[in-house]
Amino acid sequence: MKKPLKIFAAFAAAGVLSLATLPLAACSNNQTELVLRVSNWEEYIDLGGWKDDELIDIDNTFLPDSEGIIGNNSLVDDFTEWFNSGNHGFTIKVEYSTFGTNEDLYNRLNLGDTYDLICPSDYLIMQLLNEGKAEKYSESFHDPSIETNYYARNVSPYIDGIFEENGWKEYAACYMLGTTGIVYNPEMVTPEDASSWSVLKNSTYKRQVTVKDNVRDSYFAALGIHNAEELLSDEITEERRNSLLNSTDDETIASALEILKDIKNNVYSFETDSGKSDMITGKVVANYQWSGDGVYIMDQADEDETNPVELWYSVPDECTNLWFDGWIMLKDGIAGNEQKKIAAEAFVNFLSRPDNAIRNMYYIGYTSAIADDTVFNYLDWNYGAVFDPEDDYYDGELLEICEYDLSYFFGEGYSIYIDASQIEIDLENATPQKLKLGEEYGNDTYYLVYPTPEKVSRGRQVFAQYPHRSVIDRSVVMLDFGDRLSAINRMWINVRCLAVKDFNPAVVWSVVGILLAGAVAIILYRFRYQIFYRRPDKIFTNKK
Amino acid sequence: MKLRFSRSQLCLPYAVFLILFVIAPLIVIVYYAFTNGQGNFTFDNFVNFFSNGNTIGTLFYSLFLSLTTTVVCLIIAYPTAYILARSGFKKQYVLLMLFILPMWINFTLRITALKEVLTAIEGNISLYPFLNSVIGMAYDFLPFMILPLYTCFQKLDKSLLEAAADLGANKFSVFLHVTLPLSVPGIVSGITMVLLPSMTNYVVLDMLYNSTYIMGSLIGSYFKAKDWNNGSMISLVLLAIIFIVTLITNKFSDKDNDARRTIL
Repeated sequence: MKKPLKIFAAFAAAGVLSLATLPLAACSNNQTELVLRVSNWEEYIDLGGWKDDELIDIDNTFLPDSEGIIGNNSLVDDFTEWFNSGNHGFTIKVEYSTFGTNEDLYNRLNLGDTYDLICPSDYLIMQLLNEGKAEKYSESFHDPSIETNYYARNVSPYIDGIFEENGWKEYAACYMLGTTGIVYNPEMVTPEDASSWSVLKNSTYKRQVTVKDNVRDSYFAALGIHNAEELLSDEITEERRNSLLNSTDDETIASALEILKDIKNNVYSFETDSGKSDMITGKVVANYQWSGDGVYIMDQADEDETNPVELWYSVPDECTNLWFDGWIMLKDGIAGNEQKKIAAEAFVNFLSRPDNAIRNMYYIGYTSAIADDTVFNYLDWNYGAVFDPEDDYYDGELLEICEYDLSYFFGEGYSIYIDASQIEIDLENATPQKLKLGEEYGNDTYYLVYPTPEKVSRGRQVFAQYPHRSVIDRSVVMLDFGDRLSAINRMWINVRCLAVKDFNPAVVWSVVGILLAGAVAIILYRFRYQIFYRRPDKIFTNKK
Repeated sequence: MKLRFSRSQLCLPYAVFLILFVIAPLIVIVYYAFTNGQGNFTFDNFVNFFSNGNTIGTLFYSLFLSLTTTVVCLIIAYPTAYILARSGFKKQYVLLMLFILPMWINFTLRITALKEVLTAIEGNISLYPFLNSVIGMAYDFLPFMILPLYTCFQKLDKSLLEAAADLGANKFSVFLHVTLPLSVPGIVSGITMVLLPSMTNYVVLDMLYNSTYIMGSLIGSYFKAKDWNNGSMISLVLLAIIFIVTLITNKFSDKDNDARRTIL
C-alpha cells in the first residue's frame, strides 16, 4: 500500500511543478509583449459575431477590401491584431474587463485594482481629475494631421467644444453620449404627460412607470419637477438652467426628498436593468431611460413577435441630462510607461475610427462622439427616407418625409430626410411641399416634404440616438456633487427607508405584541416545570 | 516517508479558511464600526444607529417582514413535515426530495419565475410589495423550515404517542402534550434558519419590486455611498442581534442530535 502512494505523490509533485513553470516559459518567449488593462461598461463594445445579413453596406474607406461594415470578431481582438501588425517595436495584449456602475469602478480603484484605460461617466471623470488620478493624453494625440489620430480627426466639434469648456479635453476622450428621457407607450400615455418629468409622480399612471435606481438620475428628475415652472418659462437663460439643475443646497435637497418620496409611492419599481423588459412586455407604460437604452427598447418592442408595440421616446420639456462616457488613462496604471501610453491612445483611436464607431453604435444603440462622413452615411443608411427606387423595400408610394437637422453635431449643412412619422410634428397644420429628391441615386420620385419643425420633443429611434437641436438647447451637463455627495446620499437613504414615524401604529404594536408574546412563551417554556406541572422524572422518583 | 495526519491537523484547512474569510473580515468590520472617516476611534456610528429614525425604522420593517415570513413558513411547513414523516410511504426520502428539489435551482431564477406567476395572479405586482416579499421569502426559505421539522418528527418515538393514547388522551391532547413539546427543537432551529437570513435577503425584495429598504439593502446603500463606517456598524449590530437570538434558541435545541446537522 505504501508504494503506490509514493508513486502517486511523485506524480502529483511533478504535475504541480510543471504547471507552475508553464506560465513562466510562456512569458520568457515574448518579453516585449505589453499588457494593456482596459475596463469598460458591461455590453458597451461590439463583441462581434454578426450574422452575414447584418452587413451595413456603406462605403468603408478604412477597410477598402471590405464590402461594408460588419463585426466578425470582437473589437478588442481586432484592435490587438491591428496594433500588433503596426510598426511599434513592441506587441501588446489587452486585458479587457467590465464594470456595472461608476460606483463599482470607483470602489475597485480604491481597493487597489489598477487599470491603464477606463471608461467612466462624466461625473466620475471629474472626480478622478480632481483627485489627480488621470494621466494627460500626449500632445500628439490631439494632432489631426497624423493619419491614425482618428479621435482628433473625427470627433464631433460640438462634443470637443463641451470637453474643452469643462476642462476635460486634455485628460479624456469622449466615447458615447446621450440624453435622459421617458420611453412611453403612446396608446396609454398622452404626449403632454410624457413630456414632463412629473409623469413619474402622476397618479394617472400609478404603479405603471419605472424610475432609475440611482441617486443621480432620480435627483435630476426631482429637480426637473421642483423647478418646472421656471424651467418652462421663456426667460430662462442657459446659466440659470445649469445652476438650477446643479444645485445641491440643503433646501433643494429637502424638496427633492419630498418629490422622490411621492415618486416612490407612485412608481412600479426602482430599476437598474429590469425596466427594459418590463417596458417591452407591457408591464409598465412609461419608464425613465437613457437614450441608448431607449433605442434598444424601441427596437425590441418593434420586433417582438407575439405583441409588437410602437414605443416612443420623449425628452421632457423642462430639461434633460446630457451625459458622456469617456476614456481616461490612470496614472497608477500607466506608471510613466511611454509604450503603455502609446498603446492606450491607440486603443482610443481605434475605437474612434468611424467604421468601428459605427459597429459600436449598431451593436449597443448609443451615440458615438465620432462625427464624420462615414458615420453620417450610416445614419442616412439607417434612418434616411430617400430611397434608391431599385431597393426592395421601396414600394413606390408618395412618402411623407421631413428634414432633420444635425448640423450642430456633424457640421454645417448636414441634415437627413427622415420619415415624417418618426418624430412628432403637427402634420395637420403644416403645408408640405412636393419635391423631387434623391437624384444622386438616379431617382425620379417625388416626396411630400414637411418643413423642419422648430422644436421636437418626442420621437422614435432617430430622435433618441441623435437628439434634435431643440433638445440640446434644454440639456444640462450634470456636474459632480463633490463634497455634497454625502448629503445627497443621505437624502436617498431617507427616500428608500421607512422611518419610525412612517409606520402605521397598528403595525408597530402588532410587532411589539408578537415579540412580547414570543418572549413570554420562551419564559413560560423555560420555567414550565415550576409553573404548570412537575418534571416527569420527579414524579417518577416521588413514587419510588 | 510516511504520510500521517493527526486529528488536529485534519482541521487545518478549515482553520485557514476560518481565519482568512471569517475572522479577518470580522476584525475589519469591527475596526470600521468604531472609527470615523479619518481612522480615529469613535462611538458616533453606534449613537447614529440608535438615534437615526431610518435605521430603527428599517430594523423594524425587516423584523416585521421576517417575522411574518417565519410564521407563514411555520404554518406551511409544520403540517407538511408531520405528514411527510408519518406517511406510510416506504421511500419517504423520495417525498422529501420533492420538497428539497427547488433548492437545487438557483434562487434568482426561481424568483424570476415567481414574479411572472404573481403578475399573472395579481396583475400589477407593485401594488402589493409587502405581500409579494413575504411570498418570495417564504418560497425561498421553506425547505429550511421543513427539513429540521422533518428530522425532528422522524425520530419522535412512536411508543410515546401510543402510551399517551393508552392512558386516555384524545388525539388533540396527544398532539398538544406529546408531539408539540417534542417538536420544539425542530421548530426553534427552523425559526433560526428562516428568521435571520430573511432580515437581510434584499435580492428578493429588489426582484419583486419592493422599493423599501431592509437591513441588507441599507448596509449596501451605505457601502455604495462609500460610508464604510456606518455600514459596518449596522452589520455589527445585526451580528449582535443574530448572536443573541442564537444564544436564546440554543437553549431549546436538541443537544445531542441537532436537526441542523442534516442540512449543514
